[in-house]
Amino acid sequence: MMLAPGSAVRVRDDWPEARGPCHIRTPHYLRGRTGTVVRHLGDFPNPEDLAFARPAARLPLYHVAFAPQTVWPDAGGTEILVELYEPWLEPA
Amino acid sequence: MSALIEAPGDRLLAAVRALLEAKGIATPEEIAQRIEQTDRASPAGGARMVARAWTDPAYRALLLRDGAQAAEVMGIHMRGLPPLGVLENTAEVHHLVVCTLCSCYPRGVLGYPPFWFKSPGYRARAVRDPRGVMAEWGTVLPDAIRISVVDSTADYRWMVLPRRPAGTDGWDEAQLAAVVREGDMIGVTVPAA
Repeated sequence: MMLAPGSAVRVRDDWPEARGPCHIRTPHYLRGRTGTVVRHLGDFPNPEDLAFARPAARLPLYHVAFAPQTVWPDAGGTEILVELYEPWLEPA
Repeated sequence: MSALIEAPGDRLLAAVRALLEAKGIATPEEIAQRIEQTDRASPAGGARMVARAWTDPAYRALLLRDGAQAAEVMGIHMRGLPPLGVLENTAEVHHLVVCTLCSCYPRGVLGYPPFWFKSPGYRARAVRDPRGVMAEWGTVLPDAIRISVVDSTADYRWMVLPRRPAGTDGWDEAQLAAVVREGDMIGVTVPAA
């Protein structure tokens, strides 16, 4: 799957940290939130495996934009732009 | 694990360095070279890149396309460092960089991060109340300017290309570089002539 710019995506509402030791680059505040793919930034080894010296597959990494007000009603900015790996994203 | 944490730091460091050499991962020379490169990096490097971008449209295009290559052009070595993305501030949008997870920072072009960049307060507030954080730096932008907060979570490092301040017509690169501060390239401040 390669996500096109403009695609609506939802960040998986998943909490691996509740299941055991892990290394996650997807911020808590975005789990379950919906955003828009801005661009594909490249493919990078999965940090969730690298952190444990496991063989790491290269994953598509995207810049995804979120409306801050969907996360915090009192948020002040216009957008939050975040690097997210494809397995964390699902069609919205 | 606790035995490792309790080991005196310099003994532990010596052991790790010896292992890196024994396993052929890094030679002592490579480690010394990297430490020297890291210590030498400072916001003056990023400021030179910004000043060049303000005066040379072709360089500006390169900077926005491939920050690491643009750094190399200025003699700043980026080998072994993450890709560098550069975000351009305009009359429509202002960027503010934060790493909510830890302290990811474009060290190759800005040096060591300032202490506050790593603080829980900055990391929590920058995403939620960027205008409030910027106001504490004396930075108040018109409501019409969109604020894009860039949460640096993964493989890129991000630097802001600020807008060239008014009153700098005819200035050369060195003069321009002298007004660009660390905070301008993070987005908490904007440069002034």
